[in-house]
Amino acid sequence: MRHAPLPPDALDDIDRRIINALQDGFPLTPRPFADAGAELGLAEDDLIARIARLRDIGAITRFGPFFDAAAMGGDFCLCAMAVPAERFEAVAEAVNARREVAHNYERDHRLNMWFVLAVEKPDDIARIAKEIEAETGIAVLTFPKLAEFYIGFRVSA
Amino acid sequence: MRIDETDRRLIAETQAGLPLVPEPYAEIGRRLGIAEAAVRERLAALQARGIVRRIAIAPNHYALGMVANGMSVWDVADDAVARLGPEVGALPFVSHCYLRPRALPDWPYNLFAMVHGESRAEVEEKRGEIARLLGAACRGSDILYSTRILKKTGMRLAKNGR
Repeated sequence: MRHAPLPPDALDDIDRRIINALQDGFPLTPRPFADAGAELGLAEDDLIARIARLRDIGAITRFGPFFDAAAMGGDFCLCAMAVPAERFEAVAEAVNARREVAHNYERDHRLNMWFVLAVEKPDDIARIAKEIEAETGIAVLTFPKLAEFYIGFRVSA
Repeated sequence: MRIDETDRRLIAETQAGLPLVPEPYAEIGRRLGIAEAAVRERLAALQARGIVRRIAIAPNHYALGMVANGMSVWDVADDAVARLGPEVGALPFVSHCYLRPRALPDWPYNLFAMVHGESRAEVEEKRGEIARLLGAACRGSDILYSTRILKKTGMRLAKNGR
């Protein structure tokens, strides 16, 4: 996944309008690209081709439905580990291999690996954290959400 | 899980993204053996229940120039955090803001606020704004910059059963 900025000329004004507009939502209609395109002044096939390109160059990470595990009866949990530098790549591989790991970031701290578990049954958080501890020999700290004060940030492209 | 088997298959089929074809819901319906209208009705129902948060594009912060992404963390007095947390969350540059348990003695921080900017200097300035807002209720803070994305797939269900 891309971690560096795109060259300044990678996106034109139309690309930026697409990113800005489609962060908020996409129609649930039989021809959604035609309908979303009409709002943007773009033909259906042009919008499809541009979204495909934005995905291919890494300007967007995903396009589709975003799910809330908690609303499904499951749970999310932020977890952190202090991984010795010489083992970092191998531990990252072991952690990422688990389907339940939705995101994983390297951060500049003694606790240098931060990942999110997304599970279908709340009990699975503790079970998977313990399995990762057993597999790696490194403690997994769990930071479950006690309250959420805001989610709704938009990136202006 | 409070969804039926068809919803589960629908989620599994779309969790990597919508097909980029003129009739994406019809295409999903063909893969699942259900009608196009049923796909849209089920997605709308899942959205009404909050299981689908939205159907949208997820921009890549880094690709778009927001290369400094810091998880700011704060040790805020327990009797003040319920009042101050929403104020931090309301700041325009904070993308996520959560109350989480401390992990003493290693980790004294209970308020987490993600701050994004085009440089670390910009993020540090924003971090200063949070510090001023929290004032004396804050007993310590740190910021953890991401240096690498190791994985970013979003939630994935098993395709079959639990």
